[in-house]
Amino acid sequence: MCICAHGEEVSKDVKSSAQIRICMSFYDKDIVSIRDFGRKQIEEILEVSERMVPYAMGEKRTKVLEGRILGNLFFEPSTRTRLSFESAAHRLGVDVIDVSEMSATSISKGETLADTIRMVDAYCDLIVLRHPHEGAARLAAKFSENPVINAGDGAGSHPTQTLLDLFTIKRAKKNIDGLNIVLVGDLKYGRTVHSLIDALSIFGAKLTFVAPKTLQMPEDNVKHVKKSGINPILTDRLEDVIPSADVLYVTRIQRERFPDPSEYNKVAGMYRINNEMLREAKSDMIVMHPLPRVDEIAPEVDSTPHAKYFEQAFNGIPVRMALLYMILGGEGL
Amino acid sequence: MMETPREIKVSPIRNGTVIDHITAGQALNVLKILGVNEYNVDSTISVVMRVSSKKEGTGGWKDVVKVEDRELDTKTVDKIALIAPNATIAIIRDYFVAEKKKVNLAPTISGLVRCSNPNCITNRNEPVEPEFDVVSKDPPTLRCKYCDRMLSNISDNLI
Repeated sequence: MCICAHGEEVSKDVKSSAQIRICMSFYDKDIVSIRDFGRKQIEEILEVSERMVPYAMGEKRTKVLEGRILGNLFFEPSTRTRLSFESAAHRLGVDVIDVSEMSATSISKGETLADTIRMVDAYCDLIVLRHPHEGAARLAAKFSENPVINAGDGAGSHPTQTLLDLFTIKRAKKNIDGLNIVLVGDLKYGRTVHSLIDALSIFGAKLTFVAPKTLQMPEDNVKHVKKSGINPILTDRLEDVIPSADVLYVTRIQRERFPDPSEYNKVAGMYRINNEMLREAKSDMIVMHPLPRVDEIAPEVDSTPHAKYFEQAFNGIPVRMALLYMILGGEGL
Repeated sequence: MMETPREIKVSPIRNGTVIDHITAGQALNVLKILGVNEYNVDSTISVVMRVSSKKEGTGGWKDVVKVEDRELDTKTVDKIALIAPNATIAIIRDYFVAEKKKVNLAPTISGLVRCSNPNCITNRNEPVEPEFDVVSKDPPTLRCKYCDRMLSNISDNLI
């Protein structure tokens, strides 16, 4: 007999050793930053995510987490993340409570986040939090008895986006080790790329950062990646690196970062992906984007085998299902 | 060979604290930590900046602060460690060194400095003290436990 993380005795005949291991790793855990996890733990999440795909697609049905309640707390507008958490919860039989309009709550009366969290914590089994301030998820995890999943905190972490990005790469390429991954766009302010490069570096991927100098990857993030033995290439010339890329990860360059609109048009135009630009790319090179896109990727690319961004958006469901399943102690899938 | 005469720049104190081996240039920040200002000086404070030091890793220079009739509490000593990691604290009683210790930066610190990221949740009206992991002791480098950012300027963010 083994003791599961939530205290129950489980027989090895009933549960596979892999399931027990996963149960031990994630039961009741907060997901605040990708930096809190090692390669093995990330691989476990990706493994369970794969098992969730038929349920996420609606091919199989389950109510494995029936009776559990998820508190969706979104202090910032979100389409994909919010909907995919809701969808993931429903696919597992989890009920969702949320606040649709923050201005109608006590938060608008000046209540602290700490108090809001303590209150919501009493109403549900797990909290998903999106907040405009960096560190909000860590604070929420401190005040909540139940686990907290960070769904994006300001310009800080967005660990579930990172996990779904890794899952997309793994599904398309089978493994991540040694892949040549090019990240292009706003690498300075984009929170998705910061979390992603931390994870990619522990998988030993080769990284290239393509951005104009003013939007290049911050020095701190480059230093952190170097600690894992990765020496990223920094350049502003996308055309030079496309032929050797296995993955092209595109992010949006935000107009408001440029005081001069003509400067924005010049920079944004340099990194606009179209079929002409992809002519030199490997046939199995994949293009990813966390979405929403504005005009960074031309619609003509959507119908090429390179385009993986809509599949990437779908992958948010199995990955978030896997997290709910593992954190809430699901069994049997 | 002629011996260079030893020059005493500040006379010994009878009772109080001598903070020696302060990183050159940081003496005024030490005064800030001690809370010294024009309204609350009720004993002699001597500040010596940029005197030669034979200690390794100092670049040959140090600052010294002597505070008469005051012994420092732990919180103050911890703060000094944040800007002068090689400083020594000597408690003087009746002209003799009663205690001498090196400042020591703990692996994590809380409530001594605020996060330099204005968008960090610890800079909002929340019931938490800023907390940092000490990434390097010399030079002191801190990472915010909440927002993960490196603290860019410690002396500007002392609480």
